[in-house]
Amino acid sequence: MKKILTTPVSDEDLKDIHAGDVIYLNGHIVTCRDVAHRRLIEYGRELPVDVRGGAIFHAGPIVRKVDEDKYEMVSVGPTTSMRMEKFEKDFIEQTGVKIIVGKGGMGEDTVEGCVKHKAIHCVFPAGNAVLAATEVEEIERAEWMDLGMPETLWLCRIKEFGPLVVSIDTHGENLFEKNKVIFNKKKDEQYEQIIEKVKFIK
Amino acid sequence: MDKSKDVQTMTDTVARFIKYFGKVLPDDVQSKLQELSEAETSPMAKLTYETMFKNQELARELDRPSCQDTGVIQFFARVGTKFPLIDELSGIFEKAVLSATEMAPLRHNSVQTFDEYNTGTNVGYRTPSIDFEIVPNSDELDVDIYMAGGGCTLPGKAMVLMPGAGYEGVTKFVLDQMTSYGLNACPPLLVGVGVATSVETAAMLSKKALMRKIGSRNPNPKAAMMEEELERGINAIGLGPQGFSGENSVMGVHIENAARHPSTIGVAVNTGCWSHRRGNIIFHSDLSYTITSHKEAVL
Ligand code: SF4
Repeated sequence: MKKILTTPVSDEDLKDIHAGDVIYLNGHIVTCRDVAHRRLIEYGRELPVDVRGGAIFHAGPIVRKVDEDKYEMVSVGPTTSMRMEKFEKDFIEQTGVKIIVGKGGMGEDTVEGCVKHKAIHCVFPAGNAVLAATEVEEIERAEWMDLGMPETLWLCRIKEFGPLVVSIDTHGENLFEKNKVIFNKKKDEQYEQIIEKVKFIK
Repeated sequence: MDKSKDVQTMTDTVARFIKYFGKVLPDDVQSKLQELSEAETSPMAKLTYETMFKNQELARELDRPSCQDTGVIQFFARVGTKFPLIDELSGIFEKAVLSATEMAPLRHNSVQTFDEYNTGTNVGYRTPSIDFEIVPNSDELDVDIYMAGGGCTLPGKAMVLMPGAGYEGVTKFVLDQMTSYGLNACPPLLVGVGVATSVETAAMLSKKALMRKIGSRNPNPKAAMMEEELERGINAIGLGPQGFSGENSVMGVHIENAARHPSTIGVAVNTGCWSHRRGNIIFHSDLSYTITSHKEAVL
């Protein structure tokens, strides 16, 4: 069974979701990356899109203009979420966003924000930009277009947007951090095995 | 022979080929991804592979680049001294990139350094990067073309070890890159390793290693054994697709080597992501061509 959430989501909706789960999203998501975070947190400007209970996507899309004020999503893929780590905790607190979608894991501060304000971070498998674009039904609005195509806030209506792999849940579990510990341990084991076989300098 | 017409024809062919392999992965990558997906057991990993396959199908169907990051275009050419358009080649490659950028369309990925502006064409100072090897007494051009994405370029690293560090040091150098930067480079990765004297010789070899067909082996039996060992070892770390964890981590490990100075071991690593977009095309002297990387390609 596909687990599908619809925005706006509530604390209750996220309660039973755990790091490592796969979910899909209906409703709305807005692209929001480096400069938009900076404007809100560092310059205190209000985000022109209300994301309370909603979702943001760390992504810089390729968008095609089809008509006056009408745009089509051609290609959209996640960008490295870690770049937003510096801002995300405050961003969650100030905007009330519930679902953050991006690439790779995020750090301690975001985990803290997710636990305190009941939000989650998910990963859209990267490199799948065409699939993601076809899950956008319509671009309903564009804000802060002065930032250029990649940084504009594109408000997208989405249908079964995903798969989204949950990387940080509301209980403070962090998939990537957990994996890293395991990976590093296995790496050390493999190193010991391989060096026995590559002593070519005698 | 009308040279300017030939130049135009060849430019068009190269441009169309770039557009093509920006949406269709090479045969060896496709079959390796298939094989790796079948080995996965967790729903999360399986689903990630399914997503990739679905995306590739859609890219073909909708005629769009499969990943939004179409990279910086790089050419690795082995050109015969008797190839008729040898003098025009750099210009042909550059114009082909310009034309593919509009046609595909490719993302604008060329930022002029120091002046720090995007040229908006994928052509900039010394970009696309072009590497020539001269082949005496041949009238053919054999060229690998590659889209170097940002995410998979980031794990690249080169350094010079002291001989005391040995191949054990090389092993550590490669493994450390996998669990730090490799994780975010969209695994399963193709890993290229260069072993030589200095940073630049090792680095160039590590990139050329990524042009080799997946499954090919270094002709030196010891180097080939090390490729297999690293492959087995990195797979055992279990990065899985997208670093979510899984049964494997890499599509392969390729080592390219050169003799070294007795006092140094230059080592470098370069990675390709699952969306390893490279193409190989051979132009014959009459400018007819053979595409070896994509059997079904029609331009
Ligand atoms: S690493 Fe490769 S698949 Fe991932 S976003 Fe970059 S180019 Fe695309």
